[in-house]
Amino acid sequence: MLRLIPYVLAGSFFGVIMYKSEAASWYRIQEMFRFGSFHMYGIIMVAVGMGALGYLLINKFKLKDLKGQPIVIPDKAPGWKRYLLGGLIFGLGWALTGACPGPVFVNLGAGFLSMLPVAVGGILGTFLYGVFKDKMPH
Amino acid sequence: MIEFLTQPWPWWFSGAMIGLTLWVMWFAGKTFGFSGNFRTMCTMCGAGKAANFFAFDWKTQKWNLAFLIGATIGGFLAAHFLSPEGGQIPAIDAGVQAQLQGLGFAAPAAYQPLEWYGEDWFLGGTLWLLLFGGFLIGFGSRYSGGCTSGHAITGLSSFQLPSLIAVVGFFIGGLFMTHVIYPWLLG
Repeated sequence: MLRLIPYVLAGSFFGVIMYKSEAASWYRIQEMFRFGSFHMYGIIMVAVGMGALGYLLINKFKLKDLKGQPIVIPDKAPGWKRYLLGGLIFGLGWALTGACPGPVFVNLGAGFLSMLPVAVGGILGTFLYGVFKDKMPH
Repeated sequence: MIEFLTQPWPWWFSGAMIGLTLWVMWFAGKTFGFSGNFRTMCTMCGAGKAANFFAFDWKTQKWNLAFLIGATIGGFLAAHFLSPEGGQIPAIDAGVQAQLQGLGFAAPAAYQPLEWYGEDWFLGGTLWLLLFGGFLIGFGSRYSGGCTSGHAITGLSSFQLPSLIAVVGFFIGGLFMTHVIYPWLLG
């Protein structure tokens, strides 16, 4: 259990950022999809820029993780149907609730109990995908 | 410092801190992907009996559940100890605010719109709307193999074309919901 504490701390750090940046607010998500402000685009661009820098450094210098293992960032399976269709369905839910999976729990912690049905819906949707997975185009 | 912390955090600082989170997860030997937790929760509830997709040892994902618990704690800390008096109320663009008022949403009075996230969320259609929205998030993220953290942040950072396609999908879905379904549903 003690080994999990660093992940709880990293998650807490992430939760505070999500809340304080307002990326966990429906208002900011609506503003993004209505192209009303640079705010959300700026957050995503800086995060991706920093991530890409890390990725390039890790590959260039063959960096190892804290346990001494080489860092491997797994490639997504090739294809496009599942990414486009699944992404589209996800986007519908993201704009409707104003929350992606992380912020659902950040908001629960902040006291918005109305995120409970969103979380339950997320579990049900995941379950239904698992059941019908083999019948859908990927 | 306290002044800076209790104000809304600027986009450049927030983005950099998300990037830092990604680095931390990589150096811990893990990935950064939040929606995988929904699958783990299904498995913990016994979904492995219903579909092979859930037949895996959920204990290998305990670290990600710990991250989820942390995110919940982070939300609590930010709302209660790192917010200005009266709570953090997003100061969104005035034009967007006017559009939202046209759909029946009052000017922001809290972090979330009280029309949906207020105290009586379980009344009327709101409960079903939120449940359905969550359903789309869960189904869509697993179908596409990731959510904002797995595709938009991790996938784009590592130059993966599938993630770019998924993010284009996120935006097509989000724009359709915002500009077609919202007016139909609320107009």
